[in-house]
Amino acid sequence: MIRAVMVINTLGKPRLAKFYEFQPVEKQQELIRSVYGVLSSRAETVSNFLDAESIFGPDTRLVYKHFATLYFVFVFDSSENELAMLDLIQVFVETLDKCFKNVCELDVVLNYSKMHTVLDEIIFGGQVLETSSTEVLKAVEEISKLETASNAISLVPKSVSSWRSR
Amino acid sequence: MAGFSVMDTLFQRTLEDLIKGLRLQLIGESAFLSKALDEIRREAKSTDPDTKANALHKLTYLSSLHFYDMSFAAFHVVELLSSTRFSHKKIAYHAASHSFDESTPVLVLITNQLRKDLSSTNELEVSLALECLSRIATVDLARDLTPEIFTLLSSSKVFVRKKAIGVLLRVFDKYPDAVRVCFKRLVENLESSDSQVVSVAVGVFCELALREPRSYLPLAPEFYKILVDSKNNWVLIKVLKIFAKLAPLEPRLANKVVEPICEHIRRTGAKSLLFECIRTVVSSLSDYEHAVKLAVVKIREMLVDDDPNLKYLGLQALSIVAPNHLWAVLENKEVVIKSLSDVDPNIKLESLRLVMAMVSESNVAEICRVLVNYALKSDPEFCNLILGSILSTCCRNVYEIIIDFDWYVSLLGEMSRMPHCQKGEEIEKQLIDIGMRVKDVRPELVRVSRNLLIDPALLGNPFLHRILSAAAWLSGEYVEFSLNPFELMEALLQPRTNLLPPLLKAIYIQSAFKVLIFSLNSYLLQRGSPASFSYSDKLLPDVPGLVSKRDIPECSDLASCDAPVLGKQDEGFNPRVLNQSFGDPSVEYGGEETSTCGQSSASASLKDSFTHESIINLLNRVELAVVPLTGSYDVEIVERARNVLCFIELIKPQMPDCLVQKEEGSDREEAEASKIIKLMHDAFSNDLGPISVSAQERVSVPDGLVLEENLEDLETICGDVQLPSLNSFSLGSSYFEETACVSIPIFQSREERGPSNESTSLLAEHRKQHGLYYLPSEKKDGDYPAANDLQLQANHNDDDDEDLAKITEQLLVPKKKPNHAKPRPVVVKLDGDQAPIAAGPHPKEDLLSGTVRDVLLGSETAPTTRSPTNRKGKEKLNVDSATDSKENLGDGEKREQGNSSSRKSKHRNSTVSHSKGRRHRIPGKKGDEREEHGQKAKQKSSGRHKARQRAEVPLNVVSQTPVIPDFLL
Repeated sequence: MIRAVMVINTLGKPRLAKFYEFQPVEKQQELIRSVYGVLSSRAETVSNFLDAESIFGPDTRLVYKHFATLYFVFVFDSSENELAMLDLIQVFVETLDKCFKNVCELDVVLNYSKMHTVLDEIIFGGQVLETSSTEVLKAVEEISKLETASNAISLVPKSVSSWRSR
Repeated sequence: MAGFSVMDTLFQRTLEDLIKGLRLQLIGESAFLSKALDEIRREAKSTDPDTKANALHKLTYLSSLHFYDMSFAAFHVVELLSSTRFSHKKIAYHAASHSFDESTPVLVLITNQLRKDLSSTNELEVSLALECLSRIATVDLARDLTPEIFTLLSSSKVFVRKKAIGVLLRVFDKYPDAVRVCFKRLVENLESSDSQVVSVAVGVFCELALREPRSYLPLAPEFYKILVDSKNNWVLIKVLKIFAKLAPLEPRLANKVVEPICEHIRRTGAKSLLFECIRTVVSSLSDYEHAVKLAVVKIREMLVDDDPNLKYLGLQALSIVAPNHLWAVLENKEVVIKSLSDVDPNIKLESLRLVMAMVSESNVAEICRVLVNYALKSDPEFCNLILGSILSTCCRNVYEIIIDFDWYVSLLGEMSRMPHCQKGEEIEKQLIDIGMRVKDVRPELVRVSRNLLIDPALLGNPFLHRILSAAAWLSGEYVEFSLNPFELMEALLQPRTNLLPPLLKAIYIQSAFKVLIFSLNSYLLQRGSPASFSYSDKLLPDVPGLVSKRDIPECSDLASCDAPVLGKQDEGFNPRVLNQSFGDPSVEYGGEETSTCGQSSASASLKDSFTHESIINLLNRVELAVVPLTGSYDVEIVERARNVLCFIELIKPQMPDCLVQKEEGSDREEAEASKIIKLMHDAFSNDLGPISVSAQERVSVPDGLVLEENLEDLETICGDVQLPSLNSFSLGSSYFEETACVSIPIFQSREERGPSNESTSLLAEHRKQHGLYYLPSEKKDGDYPAANDLQLQANHNDDDDEDLAKITEQLLVPKKKPNHAKPRPVVVKLDGDQAPIAAGPHPKEDLLSGTVRDVLLGSETAPTTRSPTNRKGKEKLNVDSATDSKENLGDGEKREQGNSSSRKSKHRNSTVSHSKGRRHRIPGKKGDEREEHGQKAKQKSSGRHKARQRAEVPLNVVSQTPVIPDFLL
């Protein structure tokens, strides 16, 4: 299964972190730091795999992909295929790209909950759920629609606050 | 909330505000965050769900990306879960799945909310609940919500159904009894028309099968169908993973799947699927030559690909093939060796592993040469990786692949000199290990050691200190092979040795002592061997008691065993004993004269260099170098320095006389000197052998010895008579035999001892002063370098079958002569050596699957064994109709025990839930299920033949695989 998904920017700031096995927050921070430590020292042209066992324990692998200012990192175990995980990162990024129209780091920063919504439609409890970005997008749109709809019934404060934030 | 007004709500910051605010904070971010956190704490308590939702949203964000603990808000999350608004629910579920774990107390409060949401008509709400459950399900939640999940498994909405399938993994994990309810529907989903549903279901089976493959053998036909029919690479990969686990269990199955897999290899364009096929073939189907050949062809394509990922994976696949099909690696030798200098550290590492896999007796020298050259060129980290893998490969199975030890020892020497070498500890270990195991290589070892020791530059590198200490020890221990003891002595006493840590420095001094003794002895032998002969002859009648006490044939052995003990104890401590215990060693001397002569004749050429002058110079040199060390703060150094000095003091006044009187024939004084020297020499010349690691454990603590007790009281009664018994404790510390038994002869000999001379009383005083030091040092045994440990442990055992506990007994056993093999020098092996090697990785025994097996196999006939019955079904059956035979009942109970105990170890909680689960049984759906099982079991008890019959029908794979329960087909 997939153990964790991380998006870290090239300065080491986490932009998205999801652990499919419960980890205390301190541990999460430590793990992200050590992953970044290894990633940042790697050259551009080398393979996308990393020895993760020293960080995440036995039977773990790590695959990452570097897009612009972001590292997308998947941690998984022997029940996943390395190249398939690489493809899955691609699916994730493609979906984000469609979602935000040319995704950039700022989109990732500002759309915390949407990022999670997208990810949750692709990976469910550590399992690959959906690999077609169109399907994912459809589901995400539906969820967003329902979210806004439920907010529309919202009373004054919410609408005022959303107006204010504009 | 009293102070919470509309205004607060109005001007509450949303997550977006928070993020934007955060981005503006270039400095003082933490102050901003803690202010925001205070706000959140306040807002979370609000009665207004909007405010609360907003606060929790922000909190989850901060917790997820800024790592703030949010457990304080757990209850607020539960509150928000019950909101009817979807957006609130979404925030709450997200917060819950992010922050809840098994120990969260409020978890018990959400069962009903989850149940409600799972049964909601809104599929998005159901999906939220499932998503959350897949992360936080506990034993209780899994048990209580199983019925709802069961319903969802056949939901018409794919969106929901695939998530319900996915959540099963966690549910089964926590509550294995859910298998009885949900398994059938899970299997049905394997045949769903929707490829995503199949994909998720196969994914679940893949996870389950990796833990305990055997239980899923009966499902092989379903998986086979997917393997042949599916066009979805994701599904195929998972199915391949399942077959990789199943195939080794069932050869007929392997036979069946190998062709389709080869077909996929030939046809597929997807690299991921291709790689998975290759991996399956090389790891699980390596008996099928043609498949392996095909796979290796494809691996080769990957190796030469420009994509570093493919190259890396190709190398990985090669290393899976390596153990069974080394030819595959050899075929790609060039690529592999070239990859050693790849820019990618992963690839380098992987190719290093492969290179090491290629090592054999015939090419080890060649490969090591190549690797050492690579190591010289590469960065420190990889250099040490290379060195480490050379070391570990070569010492594998007691240096199995090494034939030319001279070469290996000089390689070790070369490796020590590499600028980046940080493998000091390992090299030290191997140098000493080889020294003790392989007799024939000792001259070369001494030569290599000398080269290391005489280089003052090496002392400046702390990583090499351990190696140098090993070299010092070796050259002291096997000094008889040294070509120039004087030079060696210079090296051991050079001023730069002050850079060594005290413990290693002590080894240097000790080795210098040995070299000194050897030189003196050689000198004496050269000068007055007739005298010593006559002396020892003269002496023999003096000790009739000793000789008669022991059987004559064993005499020399016994003596030679006692001698080092005595000698070492003494030299470590109290030269007095020298005077008292000369009886034994001189007897031994008589017995072993020839061997000593043999050793010295080996260095006959240098004998001439032992002139009187040179010996006196040597003594002066040693004295000069050692005297300052007596002021050291380290006990070990002081101790050893004193020993050397005392010895010199004892010998020196007699040396000039010795020369003068030599011409007049034997004299008492000369005899005294040569006697002492010989005694010491014999003490050191006894061979040390390796000893099994487990030997220490077999030493039983003697009666009445309480090691834990504070020994301080001994101080007060620490008279001369008591000293020896103290020895047996404190001397265990480093160089000396630590077993209590050994001290017994000393004790006896000391009791007969006469008054002490000056030097010994000095030592005794020192002992008294530092008595406290001795005791604690004994407890820190582990702190001493391995060299010492080995030495002390190995003292008498050349073959470790003997037990240290029976050391006295063992002393009587004549040394076993190792069988001399022809080309390869003898390497002493110990049974203890095998232990760690034999302990291979155990296949993980994970039994959630106990229940799975119950469901699948339990009511069916297992392929090989007599049907283990579904224990639930069985019980039920027995209650309903007591038709079952007692034998079966027994069976069931046995299984019950086995299962529960194994499960207890794996899932601490599940046993509890298990018993609870029985009480909680929901009669409706489960009743049918169990009825079915019951029937199945009944059928099976009579219908095993039926299953066999079916197996004979040439039905797809069915003939190849274990029988499948009807309801699964």
